This record gives sequence, structure tokens and C-alpha cells, in this order.
Amino acid sequence: MEELFRKSLFLPEQASSIAKDVDHLHYAIITAALVMAALIFGFAAYCLIRFRRRSETDVTRKVQGTLGWELLFVGVPLTTFLVWFYIGYHDFIRMQTPPPGAMDVYVVGKQWMWKFTYPEGPNSIGVLRVPVGKPVRLLLTSRDVIHSFYVPAFRIKQDAIPGAYTQTWFEVTKPGSYRVMCAEYCGLKHSEMWAEVVALSEADWDAWMKEQREGRVALRDASPSGPEREEPGIPARRVARYDAQEPHGEVMYGERGTLPERGERVAAERGCLRCHTVDGTAHIGPTWLDLYGRQERLTNGETVVADEAYLTESMMKPQDRLVEGYEPVMPSYQGQLEAAEVAALLEYIKTLRSARLENTRSEGPVYEPSGGK
Amino acid sequence: MNPAAGSNQPAVTYLNHETTVASWLLTRDHKRIGVMFLVGVIFALLLGGIFAMALRIELLTPGPTVMGPMTYNRMFTLHGVTMVWLFMIPAIPSAFGNFVLPIMLGAKDVAFPRLNLASFYIYLAGSMLTVFGMLWSGADTGWTFYTPYSTVSPTTVTPILLGVFIIGFSTIITGLNFITTVHTLRAPGMHWTRIPLFVWTIYGTSVIQVVATPVLGMVLLLVTAERVLGMGIFDPSRGGDPVLFQHMFWFYSHPAVYIMVLPAMGVITEVVCAYSRKNIFGYKMVAASTFGIAFVGFFTWGHHMFVSGQSTFGSGIFGVLSMLVAIFTAIKIFNWVATLYGGSIDLKVPLLYVLGFIFLLMFGGMTGVAVATTSLDVHWHDTYFVVAHFHYIMVGAVLMAFLAGLHYWWPKMFGKLYPERWSFLAAMTIIFGFIVTFLPQFLLGNMGMPRRYYEYPREMQWLHVLSTAGASLLAFGFGLIAIYLLWSLRYGEEAPMNAWGSRGYEWYSGSPPVPHNFTEAPRFEREVHDYTVVEGPRVY
Repeated sequence: MEELFRKSLFLPEQASSIAKDVDHLHYAIITAALVMAALIFGFAAYCLIRFRRRSETDVTRKVQGTLGWELLFVGVPLTTFLVWFYIGYHDFIRMQTPPPGAMDVYVVGKQWMWKFTYPEGPNSIGVLRVPVGKPVRLLLTSRDVIHSFYVPAFRIKQDAIPGAYTQTWFEVTKPGSYRVMCAEYCGLKHSEMWAEVVALSEADWDAWMKEQREGRVALRDASPSGPEREEPGIPARRVARYDAQEPHGEVMYGERGTLPERGERVAAERGCLRCHTVDGTAHIGPTWLDLYGRQERLTNGETVVADEAYLTESMMKPQDRLVEGYEPVMPSYQGQLEAAEVAALLEYIKTLRSARLENTRSEGPVYEPSGGK
Repeated sequence: MNPAAGSNQPAVTYLNHETTVASWLLTRDHKRIGVMFLVGVIFALLLGGIFAMALRIELLTPGPTVMGPMTYNRMFTLHGVTMVWLFMIPAIPSAFGNFVLPIMLGAKDVAFPRLNLASFYIYLAGSMLTVFGMLWSGADTGWTFYTPYSTVSPTTVTPILLGVFIIGFSTIITGLNFITTVHTLRAPGMHWTRIPLFVWTIYGTSVIQVVATPVLGMVLLLVTAERVLGMGIFDPSRGGDPVLFQHMFWFYSHPAVYIMVLPAMGVITEVVCAYSRKNIFGYKMVAASTFGIAFVGFFTWGHHMFVSGQSTFGSGIFGVLSMLVAIFTAIKIFNWVATLYGGSIDLKVPLLYVLGFIFLLMFGGMTGVAVATTSLDVHWHDTYFVVAHFHYIMVGAVLMAFLAGLHYWWPKMFGKLYPERWSFLAAMTIIFGFIVTFLPQFLLGNMGMPRRYYEYPREMQWLHVLSTAGASLLAFGFGLIAIYLLWSLRYGEEAPMNAWGSRGYEWYSGSPPVPHNFTEAPRFEREVHDYTVVEGPRVY
């Protein structure tokens, strides 16, 4: 039954943990729509035949709507729609909330390719390798225009927006290769901006990551994706194009090592550490120690969790949501930091954990050179 | 145009009392302005249709077929821009609204006849600038002009943005004019509870036009400023916010869907009543639901942004509010069908279009609920499912109602009858063609075919072929209509005063109407579409 529905609606295979639930609601709505349509058109057809015009002088009765009928007309669809909304929103919240302990991958969209970076270090273009059965959180951004990361088999989609980080997550249920497409129109080769998610078994994944760490495999995958792949008559896409891309910022270019290691260098070279400390001491800006996931109180009275989105926002628009007790002195790094550098900084900040378990707020600032307290 | 001996048409009509070119171009007669708008929007439909056929032909094969990606990207932009701004938004309010609204109210003209003429020329100027932009180099941004792509695109977006900006003024002026007309120019006996439902929908539409269009104007100017001056409002590298554009754009463009659909619903109501010889079932509910849609339509724009990174809570609110639109639409659908009950139904061509309308609105609406269901929208957002959905609900609805209205009011406007059999054949072709064109696109969307794709995976091809076949049927149907309507203007049978025995108020005046609609002031003594009283056609 399940398969019959899925195939007759042309839905792709269900390869993520959420896909089945999404599809079930889909079946319910389509079935209800068909039943409703059949009822309404059945009634209309009955009227067309039963009340067809028999002579030009026909006189009709005046039939007025009554409150009871109108309430029925409103009540039945409203109840149905609210039930669907409830189920759908429940699933939507699940889709929007990565489980704790999910593996992070940074995704950068660029006209017209997808680049993936793992916190452990490896980069790849066009191919996202993930382990089966483990939640994967994607942190997406874009280097130019808005793109949208879409995996039909996972039923997920998320826009990648320049200057901001958005997130989505999935958990693949079976090994295989799944098509990634760009769903937000992004220019000339929008329809060629393809990639694939390769879901590996736990053992294969570990082996691949081990190879990557040892640097035995080329740093970047050449993309095998794209519509041409399926067109035997047409020569395969020139993969070399991706190697000719411009460098990802001075600091990151040619760098190896894990993202936190690179982040440490970015922090030093971009001057972050002139105001932020990494050892918990107060300085011009909040310390980075235990910053990730901390509840910060802002000058406008709100509280915000310092997650990837907020940290990125603080780099790009530091004045917008300022942590309470600090002066608005930080310059914007918009256009200064490359997306890859931001990712490296975020991963670096995430590694800065003290032994303390309590979740403290930032202390007040000290306007003195670092270490002079 | 000369009335033959024994004709029951007025001797002097708005068509023949002056016949110089200048008398048309400088007219302040709402009927002539309506006819000029009708010609304008039909040209736009033709232009948009040609672009659509080119797109469908390109999509016959998975790879390149007849054009390159740049041409294709320009083509779909121009298709969208033309159809939305040059055809669907002005089609029913500016053409039919102008023609019949004052007559329905028993007025001699609209409240501001000169402004009315100005609105036509503003529409013409905006359209010409837009078409000039298209022919000069064209834009490849899609009709939505999403930033930051629209600010960096190598094509010439600016003239098109400005063209659409100018057309917006035409919309606002027309809206103001109709609101004032409804408030001030109702004939004796035209109480608020007797106002025809077509007028109610035009009134609701006008409110949206006046309130929402300025926001579109602002955002289009901002994009223009961003392109020309590099302002940085939507550019993140200058501290701007690219998603801000989407909020402002959809704040107008979502209600704009109701600018298109509400008047269509008004036409449908008139036609249902006329051909089933019945009063509308639940007049007050149908009128009230118009304003329900107009009002709620302002609070649903965020459902275009479920995957843009807006807050999960916000998405939930926008999702549930969007469903209310479906409730108000459902009220209308139920009431139309209930109107058939106990009627004297004559399945003529306009009623056939009504059935097509209800079918498309039903599935367009239900799939609308489906995409408002947040979790499902994540999969469907920006796929062909959405393309099919909005073609069903806005294009299908507007086209069906436009054709229903065109046929229903044809004898009123030109005093001629169209050939019944040909029109029946054309209507069947159009309804069937529409379904064959867009039904496969729902399935393509399910498969995961994103919209605005020049190339696509091979397994999707046969559905695209089916869709193109449907589009060809549609084109054939339109060709047929064009031929027989033009034929009927010259050779068609002269229409009687009230060709359909309708009790809509617009049939109080002659067919075609006399220059100032009525020779003596009309009084409205019965409800609109009241078929319980026996009454011959009358002309004031």
C-alpha cells in the first residue's frame, strides 16, 4: 500500500529518517483532496442533470443559505486543515531541530557548485560523504547569491544565504548515492548546480575519514555530478574547472589541518584575539572560552544562545545584537572573512571548552591590554 | 454597427456615437476604456503565451533543445513578468471591472473618468517600458527579482523593474477610482446588501491594490537603486539583508494573488447565477469571504520563506494563517455549487468555464493547503509542484474566469453573439489542455524537479512531453477563440437585449449600452439575480 501510494505519486525513495512521516501526511492530503473533489463534482453533476433547463420560462425557487449550512461549510474544512497543520508542524519542528550530538558539516554554495567542509579537515566539492544512521547537521552559507540545498530523497531543503548561516539536518537510513540540487534560482547554470550525498556504512565512513586525515586522498573531490553524467552522448563535464577556482581567502588558501587548527590561525591573523580571550579572562569582547552554546543577555534585554547563527551574525553585524555590558566597538567583518574562514573560526570557538560545567554568562569588560588584569 | 430594422438594440450606443480614432484615444467613457484595457491584456496574454510555448518546447528534452540556458532564463522571466503584471493583475478588474462595474451600480461612469483614462495610459507606458526592456536585452531574474541575484545579474533588469513600478500606479489609480465609485455613485435602491458580488470582489481587490501596491513600488525602487547606485540594502557585504527583499516582495505579491483571483471569483458568481437562474446561495457569506481573503491575504507572505531560515515559530504562524485563505475559498466553492441546487441550469459555454474554474480552484486550493503544511512545503518549495499549484489557482482561475466573463459579457460589450458550437469546442480544448499541461507538473514536483531548470534528469522527460502536449492544446484552443470572436464581431448574429435572460443589473442597460449607460436614471427594486419575479429585459 505504502509503495503503491509512493509510486503513483512519483515520490522519490525515502532515504532519510523523516521522509516516511512527510510522505504519510502527503498521502492523507492527496486522498482527502480527491474525496472532496469527488463529492463536490458528484453533487454538481447531480444538479446539472436533475435541474437542467427544460424550458425558457422555467421559474426557480429562491433557496437561501442558512447559518447551519454555512457553519458546516466552514467547520469541516477548518477542522481537517488544522489537523493537517498540527501534524505537519510537528514534523517541521523535527526537521528544524538537529538532535544533539549530530555531526557537523559546513556547506558553501557558490555559482555553481556545492563545497563541503568537515570539522576534521577534509574538503570536498560536489560530493558529501556521510555515515548511515548518524544525524548530520549542515551549516549552510553562500558566497554570492541565494542557493538552496535540496535532497529530494531526504525531503529536505534549506536556503544558503550570503552573509548568514542557516542549518538543516538529516539522518540517512540506507547506504547509497542521493542527488542534491539547487532549488533557488541562482543564475545561468542554476540547473547544473548538482551534487550528491554518498551515504557510507559506518566502517566505510571510518576508513574514508582515516584516509582523509592522512592526506592520502586528494584534498578535493572532483564533482562527478551534473546532468551530463546521465547523457552518454555528451562529453563529461570538465572537472578541472573547480580546481581553477579563486582562493578561499588569504588565510585559508593552501591550508591543511583540521578546521579548529585553521580557525586558531585565522583568529590570530585577523586580529580577533586582540579583543577576545580564549582562557576565560574578561577583555574588550566576551571571552571565547565556553562561548559556544552559552546563554548571552543582550543590551536590548533579550537572551540569545551563542550558536553558529549568532556567532556569524556577531562577526558580520556586531552592533545589531550586542552582548550586555560590552561597548559597540567591534568592526564588521562583512566582506573581510571568507565563508571558509568563518567556518574555521566557529569550529575553533566550539573546541574552547573549560572543565567547568556550569553555563555562565559573560563577565563585564576590562579595557586594558590582555593579561594586564 | 448599424441597427437593422426591427433590431432591439439601441440606435445610439457607446460604440457608434463617435467613431473617430481620437474619440477612442481621448475617451472618458469607462466602457471604451474597458475595451481598450481588454485589447491591451489580450496582447499581453498572447505575448506571455508565446514565451510559455517557447519554454515548453525547450523542455521537451532533458538537455538543450532549441535555445541556450541564457535565453531560457530570460524567457521564463519574461513569461512570468508579462503574465503576472501585464495580463493577470489588470485583466478582470481593469477590463471587465471598468466595463460593467458602473453599469451594475446604475452609474453613468466611474467617479474619476479622466483618472480612469490616465490609468490606461500609465498601464500602456509601463507595459511598453517593460516590453522594451525585454526586447533590448531581457532579464534573467525570474518574475520575483530575488536579491542579491537581481542586483548582480548581467542582464538589464532596470527597465523592467521601472516598467512594473509604473504599472503599479495604474493599479492603484484604478483601485481608488473603483472604491470611490462604489461609495458615491450607487443608484437609488442600490443598498449595500444589493451590491452585485462581482462589484464586491472588485471592491475588495481595490482595497488590496491601494494598500499593497505601494510596498511593491518601494521594493522595486530599492532594487533599482541597488543596481544603479549600489546602495547595499540587500547586499550582505555592505550590511544589507537579502531576505528583506523577500519579505517586502511577498508582502505585496502574495496579496497580489488575490488581486488576480478575487475578481475571477466575482465573475464566476455572476455566471453561476445567470446560467442556473438562481440567486446566490449565501450572498452575505460569499461577500464576507471576499474580505476575509483580502484581509488574511496580508498575513500569509511568510509561507514563501519556510526554508529561508526564518524562525520556526514564524513559519508555523504563516502556515496556519495561510490555511484560513483556503477556508474562505471553500465557503465560496460550496456556495457556488449549492447555488446550482434547485436551479434551471443551462450548460452554456460560460458555465462550462465555471466548472473548469471550480475544478482548478479546488485542486489549486487543496494543493495550496498542502504547501502551507510546513513539513510538506520543505520538499515542495521551489519545485514544479509549486509551479503547478499556482498555475492551477491563479492562472487557471484567472483564465477560466476571464474566458467565462468574455463570453458572458461579449453580447453586452459588442452586441454580437459568438458561435455556440465553436465556443463549446474551444472551451473543452482549453479546460482539457490546461489539466494536461499542469497535472504532470504536480508529479514532476513530487519527483523533485526544481523550478526554473533548463536541464533535468532523464527519467522526468515523459512528464515534460505530456505537459508540452497539453500546452499545445491550450494554444490551439486560444487560437480558436481568437478566430471565432473576431469573426463574430463582423459576421456574428446580432444579440438580443438580454442574451442570457440574466437578472444581473448590468443587463438593465442596452446591449451594447448607450453612451452614458442609461437614458433615464435606473432604480433597483429587487435583489440582484432574483429570478422569482417575472420580468422582461428593460432598458433605461
